Amino acid sequence: MAEKKLAIIATKGSFDWAYPPFILASTAAALGYEVQIFCTFYGLQLLRKKMDMKVTSIGNPGMPMPVPMPVLMQALPGMQSMMTMMMKQKMKSKGVASLEELRELCIEAEVKLIACQMTVDLFDFSPDDFLDGIEYGGAATFFEFAGESDICLFI
Amino acid sequence: MADFDQELDASGLNCPLPILRAKKALGGMSAGQVLHIIATDPGAVKDFEAFAKQTGNELTESREEGGKFYFLMKKG
Repeated sequence: MAEKKLAIIATKGSFDWAYPPFILASTAAALGYEVQIFCTFYGLQLLRKKMDMKVTSIGNPGMPMPVPMPVLMQALPGMQSMMTMMMKQKMKSKGVASLEELRELCIEAEVKLIACQMTVDLFDFSPDDFLDGIEYGGAATFFEFAGESDICLFI
Repeated sequence: MADFDQELDASGLNCPLPILRAKKALGGMSAGQVLHIIATDPGAVKDFEAFAKQTGNELTESREEGGKFYFLMKKG
């Protein structure tokens, strides 16, 4: 049986949105898929040497809050960091893997990580900001793999 | 009693960690050997069935006891 292929485009750079690409990629790799994650725009945050993503309730009315809070209060300085800290604590208590752990598992399983060259340039990132060993490419690079993939996800 | 070759305690771990840990443990075993997995994530029940189906390993036992889930996975 030929190896199945999963292609993911990761476009989001918040703490919560960083989970789906890494969870799906690591699990697919464990199931025997060949996997590539093409990171573009804010998804480049997934490739930073030190990930420092935050979760915010602003513009996200679906986020369960421990206590109801007016939107203006949610925007106060320090709230975003506090929410991120609380979310991390909650995840830890529930046995949810950290992003660092999931990313490490992806790398171990040879998930290929690709940084979108155009957005790297756009945001003035340098390769030093990112993990060693990742690839850089454009849309055509992505389609080379995605065109042969069994599953292709835009996250 | 020990009708398995290796044991993996994935208690307290949530999706997808039990699967990923099991995959890793199986990687170090040889065909025909059996991995005993303990988990507390209720989602693991369906996930291990799906994992077995897609990887060619055989799930020979899946049971719940006292809020924990026990699996026997035979490496294919």
